[in-house]
Amino acid sequence: MTTSSSAGQSRRDFLFVATGAVAAVGAAAAAWPLVAQLNPDASTIAAGAPIEVDLSPIAEGQDIKVFWRGKPIFISHRTKKQIEEARNVNVASLPDPQPDSARVKEGHDQWLVVIGICTHLGCVPIAHEGAYDGFFCPCHGSVYDTSGRIRQGPAPSNLPVPPYAFISDSKIKIG
Amino acid sequence: MSGPSTFQPKNPVLKWIERRLPIFGLVHSSFVAYPTPRNLNYWWTFGGILSFMLGVQIVTGVILAMHYTPHADLAFNSVEAIVRDVDYGWLLRYLHSNGASMFFIAVYIHMLRGLYYGSYKEPREILWILGVIIYLLMMATGFMGYVLPWGQMSFWGATVITNLFSAIPYFGESIVTLLWGGYSVGNPTLNRFFSLHYLLPFVIAGVVVLHVWALHVAGQNNPAGVEPKTSKDTVPFTPYATIKDAFGLACFILFFFWFVFYIPNYLGDPDNYIPANPGVTPPHIVPEWYYLPFYAILRSIPDKLAGVVAMFSAILVLAFLPWLDSSKTRSMRYRPLAKQCFWIFVGVCLGLGYLGAKPPEGVYVIAGRILTACYFAYFLIVLPILSRIEKPRAVPNSIADDVLGKKKSVVASALAVIGVVGLLALDSGSTARASDHGSTPPSMSWSFAGPFGKFDQGQLQRGYKVYKEVCAACHSMNLVHYRNLTDPGGPGLSVAQAEALAAEIQVKDGPNDAGDMFERPGRIADKFPSPFPNENAARAANGGAAPPDLSLMAKARGYERGFPQFIFDAFTQFQEKGPNYIHALLTGFEDTPPEGFKLPDGSTYNRYFPGHAMKMPNVLSDDQVTYDDGTPQSVDQYAKDVAAFLMWAAEPKLEERKRLGFQVMIFMVILAGLLYFTKRAVWADAH
Ligand code: FES
Repeated sequence: MTTSSSAGQSRRDFLFVATGAVAAVGAAAAAWPLVAQLNPDASTIAAGAPIEVDLSPIAEGQDIKVFWRGKPIFISHRTKKQIEEARNVNVASLPDPQPDSARVKEGHDQWLVVIGICTHLGCVPIAHEGAYDGFFCPCHGSVYDTSGRIRQGPAPSNLPVPPYAFISDSKIKIG
Repeated sequence: MSGPSTFQPKNPVLKWIERRLPIFGLVHSSFVAYPTPRNLNYWWTFGGILSFMLGVQIVTGVILAMHYTPHADLAFNSVEAIVRDVDYGWLLRYLHSNGASMFFIAVYIHMLRGLYYGSYKEPREILWILGVIIYLLMMATGFMGYVLPWGQMSFWGATVITNLFSAIPYFGESIVTLLWGGYSVGNPTLNRFFSLHYLLPFVIAGVVVLHVWALHVAGQNNPAGVEPKTSKDTVPFTPYATIKDAFGLACFILFFFWFVFYIPNYLGDPDNYIPANPGVTPPHIVPEWYYLPFYAILRSIPDKLAGVVAMFSAILVLAFLPWLDSSKTRSMRYRPLAKQCFWIFVGVCLGLGYLGAKPPEGVYVIAGRILTACYFAYFLIVLPILSRIEKPRAVPNSIADDVLGKKKSVVASALAVIGVVGLLALDSGSTARASDHGSTPPSMSWSFAGPFGKFDQGQLQRGYKVYKEVCAACHSMNLVHYRNLTDPGGPGLSVAQAEALAAEIQVKDGPNDAGDMFERPGRIADKFPSPFPNENAARAANGGAAPPDLSLMAKARGYERGFPQFIFDAFTQFQEKGPNYIHALLTGFEDTPPEGFKLPDGSTYNRYFPGHAMKMPNVLSDDQVTYDDGTPQSVDQYAKDVAAFLMWAAEPKLEERKRLGFQVMIFMVILAGLLYFTKRAVWADAH
């Protein structure tokens, strides 16, 4: 008598746990689309396709700003002096050590292409300002050098280099 | 919500909170310990179902609002972008649009239950009136929500419904102007409707709290209609009512998801897939099915003001029900005459709904008037008189007695099924008008029909070829982009193929740095090109009739299936009216119109076109488009292929929808089964 009722009891418990578990799985699965819809939609992704930029109008010492995926991309045509400055640093002493050669394309030393978004909290730095002849962020005073590397201020890392490639000497494809 | 609770949490943190805010006690007394009559049947689960549906509508609605643009020029396309581009956007939109219908199905069942079991009687009058207020708010919310996609039915529905207020003497016109924010329905109207559509659900939620509060003060009514007397008459809300509600809800979700995943456009109107056009009224305007009975009442009164008054009175009369029906016996179970009249009344409502979808002419008008009279007679004559003269049967002494003497009633469930089918029957809205003057297109067999339907990639590619080489000369497809050709569940082109196709066209871009517009080769992010720069140019080049955009053509056209066929369509998942119609149209041209038909100049005779005189000439001929895969190059085949292609263009997520639908249905069947057995186990010791 007792055995059968305790067996019935455990069968019931199993049923309750199984039902609860399945319902919980269902609730979790239902949450998935509600979160997934926050992702960039297909048209946004399609609009984020690579762009081509013609470099020929940019004179030495000048820089331009283009937009890719809604982000400003700085393209600087660096002077000899700026390149020198970028090369003549003790890389190990930098907050985010990275040689200049790792931040430009080989054979195209004069072109610096970086995402112009301060790595501190996302403001857009101003080119040709600050103590290092590179970029200065007006928000909280981060200073970047001519290679876009962080030198001073609260930003933790260098200005990121977007994926890009030279399709000819005067044309790049970003993305 | 019924006074201070004796609930005492053990956990010290909960204790600390409880002393300052007795929220756990409130929840415990309202949803755990709350005594609920032990004889409640499944009709009582619809309260919980309605709360769930309100939640679904609010959650999906808040999300849709993240992607929707409330602007007259952008709204229609932004809704389509949700369905096409947003992750699971099609699911969220179909949940929301079908959710509105489910909400109303549930509320009608909930109301009829109240009507049948006398749930409005003393001491539940306020509870009932709050319910009527919720219903009115729901109608307003549903109406404004229907306006937001800014299709033809949205626009003309908004025009007709707002014009109802112009019937009010003296102030009518000013009220209508205030509603519109302009001289006609337009962008300001859309903006304010969007704002209010977002607001009202929260107002509903507020009134629902009052409704539940009043319910918990008066206690639930029950099928016997006698108040609980001893603790033997009740069971605690949790687990008994909770698990029963959960099972009822799971079954309702199965029903709901059948629509969402398999026949998402069944309850909608094809005309609403045509963008709003203030210059052309659709030949036959019908509101959403849930308003049809009241629409029928409106139309059956030949006077403008009286019609509007009758329509609103038809709802407001419900609020007076507690005083119109003075019978002391609550449940109609024990009132044989009232019970019969109740079922006649249900029939009257269904009949009115049916008539609301029919054109207001001939016998329909007369029938409408008779049923309108019956509707009001039920409340104003039948119930007041019956409650005085009818001798009710003896009610059981207590709920416990009722439970013991109960026989399972199959009749009620059979009637439920009939009721649901009847509600479906109201939906002549989705039956289109092609048959008004045309013959019915033959039903073709389509690879994408049915629960496991899939597009035939080869057919979509051929259809695209026909579109590109023939249709695209006059018709745009503004919602379809080259990238879509590579999407899963589509024609299955490779990215390189789509890029090559896109590069064939020139797209206007700019301005460049010099400020000039320039032409560049197309990219896969570009949409299909339009043959004409604007609508006026399209009209001028085509003898006055602009060739319509084809993106949604396969969902924007349909034809009458007739009663009872369209009810079976809900079960067989028939969703292929559009492709059938397109195929029929393309093969339905006749060189010589039948005897006695006067064909206007510049038109072609088409057997399936409404009115038969079509501005579009017969453009297809055998061997016109070359197929590389050996498919016969006949007009019939071209028509089939392009119809399938247009179906994909209109419903690009069809495969994903059906695939996910199958998984979800299986899951829900398992969950419902588990809930059923759990419910039995829980209730086993209550009997
Ligand atoms: S955001 Fe640039 S320094 Fe803070």
